[in-house]
Amino acid sequence: MGSNAAENHPISFKWLTEAREKRGAKIISVDPRFTRTSARSDLYCPLRSGTDIAFMGGMFNYILQNKLYHEEYVRWYTNATFIVKDSFGFEDGLFTGYDPEKRSYDQNQWAFETNEDGTYKKDMTMEDPRCVLQIMKKHYERYDIDLVCRITGTPKNKYLEVIEAYAATGAPDKTGTIMYAMGTTQHTVGTENVRSFAILQLLLGNIGRAGGGVNALRGESNVQGSTDWALLYHILPGYLETPQAKRDPDFETYCAVETPKTGYWVNKPKFIASLLKSWWMADDPAKSYNYIPKRIDGKHYEHIALFEAMYKEEIKGLFVWGSNPIVGGPNANKEQAALAKLDWMVAVDLWQTETSEFWSYKAVERPTDKDEYGIKTPEDIATEVFFLPACSSFEKEGTVSNSGRWMQYRWKSADPVGDSKADLEIVHKLGLKIKELYAGSSRVEDEPITHLTWDYGHGDHPDIDLIAREINGFTVVDGKPGPQVANFTKLMADGTTACSNWIYSGCYPADEYLSKRRDNVDTAPPGAKPIGSYLNWSWCWPVNRRIIYNRASATPEGQPWDTDRASIWWNGEKWIGNDIPDFGGTKDPNGPGGRNAFIMRPEEVGCIYSKRNEGPLPEHYEPWESPIKNLLNSQDLNPAVVIWEPEKQGQTDKYPIVGTTYRVSEHWQSGVMTRMQPWLAELMPNCFVEMSEELALEKDIKNGGKVIISTTRGDIEALACVTKRFKPFLIDGNYVHQVGVLWHFGFNGYAPDEPANRLTPHIGDANTMIPEYKAWLCDVRRA
Amino acid sequence: MARMTNLYDVSKCTACRGCQVACKDWNQLPAVIEPFTGNYQTHESTNGDTYTIIKFMEHEDPVDGIQWNFLKFNCMHCFDPACMDVCPQEAITQTEWGAVIKDYDKCIGCQYCTYACPFEIPKYRKREDIVTKCTLCYERVEEGLEPACARTCPTGALTFGERDQLLQVAEERVKFLRANGFPRATIYGKLELGGLNKLFVLTDTPDKFELPIDPKVPGQITFWQDWIQPYFGWLIPVALAGSAVSFVTTRILANKNGDHTEGGHE
Ligand code: SF4
Ligand code: SF4
Ligand code: SF4
Repeated sequence: MGSNAAENHPISFKWLTEAREKRGAKIISVDPRFTRTSARSDLYCPLRSGTDIAFMGGMFNYILQNKLYHEEYVRWYTNATFIVKDSFGFEDGLFTGYDPEKRSYDQNQWAFETNEDGTYKKDMTMEDPRCVLQIMKKHYERYDIDLVCRITGTPKNKYLEVIEAYAATGAPDKTGTIMYAMGTTQHTVGTENVRSFAILQLLLGNIGRAGGGVNALRGESNVQGSTDWALLYHILPGYLETPQAKRDPDFETYCAVETPKTGYWVNKPKFIASLLKSWWMADDPAKSYNYIPKRIDGKHYEHIALFEAMYKEEIKGLFVWGSNPIVGGPNANKEQAALAKLDWMVAVDLWQTETSEFWSYKAVERPTDKDEYGIKTPEDIATEVFFLPACSSFEKEGTVSNSGRWMQYRWKSADPVGDSKADLEIVHKLGLKIKELYAGSSRVEDEPITHLTWDYGHGDHPDIDLIAREINGFTVVDGKPGPQVANFTKLMADGTTACSNWIYSGCYPADEYLSKRRDNVDTAPPGAKPIGSYLNWSWCWPVNRRIIYNRASATPEGQPWDTDRASIWWNGEKWIGNDIPDFGGTKDPNGPGGRNAFIMRPEEVGCIYSKRNEGPLPEHYEPWESPIKNLLNSQDLNPAVVIWEPEKQGQTDKYPIVGTTYRVSEHWQSGVMTRMQPWLAELMPNCFVEMSEELALEKDIKNGGKVIISTTRGDIEALACVTKRFKPFLIDGNYVHQVGVLWHFGFNGYAPDEPANRLTPHIGDANTMIPEYKAWLCDVRRA
Repeated sequence: MARMTNLYDVSKCTACRGCQVACKDWNQLPAVIEPFTGNYQTHESTNGDTYTIIKFMEHEDPVDGIQWNFLKFNCMHCFDPACMDVCPQEAITQTEWGAVIKDYDKCIGCQYCTYACPFEIPKYRKREDIVTKCTLCYERVEEGLEPACARTCPTGALTFGERDQLLQVAEERVKFLRANGFPRATIYGKLELGGLNKLFVLTDTPDKFELPIDPKVPGQITFWQDWIQPYFGWLIPVALAGSAVSFVTTRILANKNGDHTEGGHE
């Protein structure tokens, strides 16, 4: 659901095929249209884009009403037993504490009751009307099957089939897994969409277990690595918050404010101190903390926010690194206009991209589009653009982290072409150059640069081994790297250790860089069956643990729920098994904290109820542009999202069709790499828009013919793919059409075409601001 | 030597088309970029520079709902290859293990094989005046490798091995599929045309995959094989130069299919 794995993560699908063959697994595909994944699934079920929470809510309701959840699991390993304060309430789409002016909530009103000693109040019978399970039951009562189907447009019989098949995984010896991707996240309710999957998995006892989990299929081979390494504005490496100016003025305050009182995160000061030490080895962390730029409290710095700021000329210069927003960014026309307001831009990529050439004739020419932003010729653009050629993944070495958190080393297989360089080399040379420019400065404000530790060997090419050792962490001896630490449990908050990312600590404990391991034998303790952990293949964070929260794979007493797929178990003295135990290896399951399976949470249990910007439980809201009013409550839109461009909201009178974007196996992301390959261009030579035969008939559109798709943001021309695989949705008694456009295309390469993101809006999720690429309104007509 | 072949199990194929690209890569074939025509399928059929394609076929009926069938389409390496039989130059031969291969030095581009093939596989490549098709990667196989397409297949849909063993795998698989939601699952290639050195596991009847249920070598070809070729094979080069015989024989063959567009010889 939210993923078209066969097409967009084809290798992942191999394992589904294998599960079906070896274990009799059933594959369910929930998608607005019938995809190549659906073609290989046991059950296909359509839903209208943007209605996932309604769909999931109906499942919760059915599971709770019919008591199909994994009761023992829910009791011990989730916060279903926790008592919620009286101040929590919910009415007609709004939780208590809402401020309509600020479009935000006072989340304290949703807190849990605590005992005098600060522990949480619980009802282990889960019958107290204020306990999470009962609150949840009440909350989702409204999501009855018929109402859900009126919203999602799902045929009722298919919906019931899905629920019954999936709810069966609530049996203690069964598991089910959910694979999701951008179809889930790229919505105004993206975070709550993912949360609803997590909640379902907790209800059915499917987290922390082999064959379970909520599997994020990442958009790139190293997206996991990029988030671990903080390619997002709100975190530093290892998921440490970036400091906010008022909230975290100094190191002491940061540690006090950002460190929870319970759960494993109590160790946060050790991680931030070691991180600071790895950056500025000679300085005390309390001092070097001041070198980190602070963000303005509460200000947005996400993709949309940055482009809005560029458009307002608040940002002067930009590095676009392996990114192609003119094709991949939402509201691409505006993003192009925003680039035109920069003083300078540096683009780093394998080829000239649409973005690096956003100023060219072919970029400004618009056969079909309204010219709203006033760019008519390259002369209208004054931005100075630099292009740095990067080499490909085969021409460099280093690690990538997959979505299973495996850190795998890749060796170089060919020399880079021409002057192209590895990203790491480009960063390294930049770092050295900047240091050189500031050398000799004694100004205090230059200290972040003059004091910066940048010791990665001699020459242009950084010594990867030195970087890897720093990632693992070491004891600082006389201001220099000393012996490496075994793992993050040895890190200190007093500046005596350095470590550039605590979650990766342990990858290089002594003389072996474990990411290079390639032992493909799957071992198990004597008498037990292996479960596919492959503990000696590469290395996995944290501390080589393959399934996090694996305490939940065993009963409260410590025995496997399913002996056929036993992860870890208690042998009377310690935890043993097929994986590294997720908590103290000798912690008695019947002793204090011995059932606290979710150690990274302050509550140490899985969160069915959890504070997000729009509430503690997912509630269905319609997309910003929707064909109908919300049938579940009178809040049409997620009450906590930021509305950037109110004037750009399309209405059904002009734009009655639901639009979405997606990818195909044959191209990769914004197509920079694949449109340059003739053989791949041959496979998918054009941008097309998929639509039902019914819509094509209504609009007199021929299969393969030219069409124009338009939204309030722009128009594009594409070819029609008229198919039986897309059907109109019966939404609250009326037929609603949906179309889907490929977003891989731009003006360069062997398969040039118009970017679908000229159509998509600048609006994002209420927590992450990930853009709403997946549900908006449009019109389609014959060209 | 035991027959070696590819088993293609459509129930595992996700139509990723890795095989299509791997084939182009191994055989160093140029891209043939044709505009999108409304189907994911790249070309209507194989062409002179494309030895294999994945076909995409949509079906819908009230019982089964939507079916989106995929088929890897390329030379079947028939036990008794009609293409080989008609080739006047003996440019087509069969390896001991069952690959039907072509010697392009001998091929004169007469295109008789294109008309003879019951599956319409071989295609004319104008720029070199030859007819091309899948070789079952015999150069690889003879070096102990598997065909490029099977090597690349991520899902296990395409496997390579001894035909007898693969036939057993296929039979098991068909049993499994019949018991698991595909009552019409079947093997293709076991008996068709006396046996194909290419095996398919289909989830439905062959027609749902645009495969002939009972493939036949065109009648004129049988006539040609039995009566004309033994006596007049030597005439072909002359025929190509424009003799009356050429006119007659090419007409006979052309009857079979009128829409061979890339014809080179008039
Ligand atoms: S399928 Fe056609 S080309 Fe291939 S061996 Fe048979 S007759 Fe010849
Ligand atoms: S066997 Fe070789 S030539 Fe034939 S389709 Fe596969 S890769 Fe192409
Ligand atoms: S590589 Fe395998 S899965 Fe992909 S299209 Fe070819 S046969 Fe199908």
